[in-house]
Amino acid sequence: MSLAALFFYLFAGVAVASAFMVIASRNPVHSVLFLILTFVNASGLFILIGAEYIAMLLIVVYVGAVAVLFLFVVMMLDVDFVELRQGFLQYLPVGVLIGLVFLAELVLVVGSWTFGAGVTGAVTSAAPEVSNAVAIGRVLYTDYVYFFQAAGFILLVAMIGAIVLTLRHKENVKRQSIPVQNARTKAMAIDVVKVPSGKGL
Amino acid sequence: MTETTWFDTLIQVLIIVAQSLALLVGLLIVVAYVLLADRKIWAAVQLRRGPNVVGPFGLFQSFADLLKFVLKEPVIPDGANKGVFLLAPFVTCLLALAAWAVVPIDAGWVVADINVGVLYIFAISSLGVYGTIMAGWASNSKYPFLSALRAAAQMVSYEVSIGFVIVTVLLCAGSLNLTAIVEAQNTPWGILGWYWLPLFPMFVIFFISALAETNRPPFDLGEAESELVAGFMVEYGSTPYMMFMLGEYVAIMTMCALTAILFMGGWLPPVPVAPFTWVPGIIWFLLKVLLVFFMFAMVKAMVPRYRYDQLMRLGWKVFLPISLAMVVIVASVLHFSGMAAGG
Repeated sequence: MSLAALFFYLFAGVAVASAFMVIASRNPVHSVLFLILTFVNASGLFILIGAEYIAMLLIVVYVGAVAVLFLFVVMMLDVDFVELRQGFLQYLPVGVLIGLVFLAELVLVVGSWTFGAGVTGAVTSAAPEVSNAVAIGRVLYTDYVYFFQAAGFILLVAMIGAIVLTLRHKENVKRQSIPVQNARTKAMAIDVVKVPSGKGL
Repeated sequence: MTETTWFDTLIQVLIIVAQSLALLVGLLIVVAYVLLADRKIWAAVQLRRGPNVVGPFGLFQSFADLLKFVLKEPVIPDGANKGVFLLAPFVTCLLALAAWAVVPIDAGWVVADINVGVLYIFAISSLGVYGTIMAGWASNSKYPFLSALRAAAQMVSYEVSIGFVIVTVLLCAGSLNLTAIVEAQNTPWGILGWYWLPLFPMFVIFFISALAETNRPPFDLGEAESELVAGFMVEYGSTPYMMFMLGEYVAIMTMCALTAILFMGGWLPPVPVAPFTWVPGIIWFLLKVLLVFFMFAMVKAMVPRYRYDQLMRLGWKVFLPISLAMVVIVASVLHFSGMAAGG
């Protein structure tokens, strides 16, 4: 067994185990932390197949940004664990039914899976002489530039939508105005007074 | 599977372990003295002497502190989430040290010379926020929690502008490999050919964002002692606290090293002529890192702490538009002047 195989089993094993712990752990914050562990191990697997750029992006985007927001939200929710457990038996039959349907479908799909002619030869590194980042950049900004831009616009619309939904100008809230603060001079801020002793102001 | 492949693998692993150990020991000794230097510089600005009791000029102060931390009893609060509480300092410390795997300290002197070196450091430093969040949440106490939320929002915000600054450097160098970035700055003009000059606004933004990213004053809102006692570290003592400190200073050194590599030519001599080129590259690298750290320390000593809304405004409304515009400008200049690096 080579070193790469050893690391594959390590990453894959930890990824599967922590993915299981995501649904098994009682504390939602622990679930998110296990989810992060799963992401990190998945990026380890990407490195092993030579997709180092994707691996780093997975960590930067999913672990560094998306999962942080997950963690934020989950940490601030006041989850009542007892209430969460209630109704478990009530929903169990439906859950088991849906699970079984999905399992059956997955078995059917995986069981009948075959590679098309010519596919097996094509799934290698497209341009072995350049690094991942260069190879992705070459196709992303040339052949797929419209798809790339469209994805960007969709994200922009989603972002604007989120801002529009949450932005509310409340009355009676003290706000900081940076221009006003910067425009303050010494004369406006300080009032020098000669206080006669024993009299006060 | 013959026996030789096993043997070769073993030798390879041993070499990497030995390299990592050498780097870590060197790094930790540098960090010990950088900690002392930080306190000494701070003291000098305030006309104090700073630590001067342990050893000549207080040179062994950091080691005395280490002993003190290790020998004290670690206290875990009753309401804390014990596993996560103890995991947090390890995460902070481990991630900070892991970033050094790709930092080239001289031509070819790097543990892992990977193609995506810059992205690796960026990814690792974006993970650094987890140590803070986990500590704040697991302490099960109000000040740490508020601090963790603050610090996390701050680190996530400043990562954005750091990312764009790094993109401008990458555009100029044409590579994500840290060694290649340093080599791209190797011109006959020496110090004038390094990227701090053509990308000066980016250099300034990177320096300030690095302060915010590592929670250094004036952006230490996460541990603002006048508001939140000691922030997310309130409940920590002895060895776990020491690991937070260690992680923090190693992260600061990483940022200093990254500044030296991206903008100050890494191990290259400032004047590429005879007497300067005789000095080993590692000396130049160390000098540059220490120079950047000196600036970090002086900022800490001289600049008052930012208010939180000012901090967020600076990150999102000032740095982000400027760095975004600079990415467009740098890319256009490189493209239309035909200076774009290969790829």
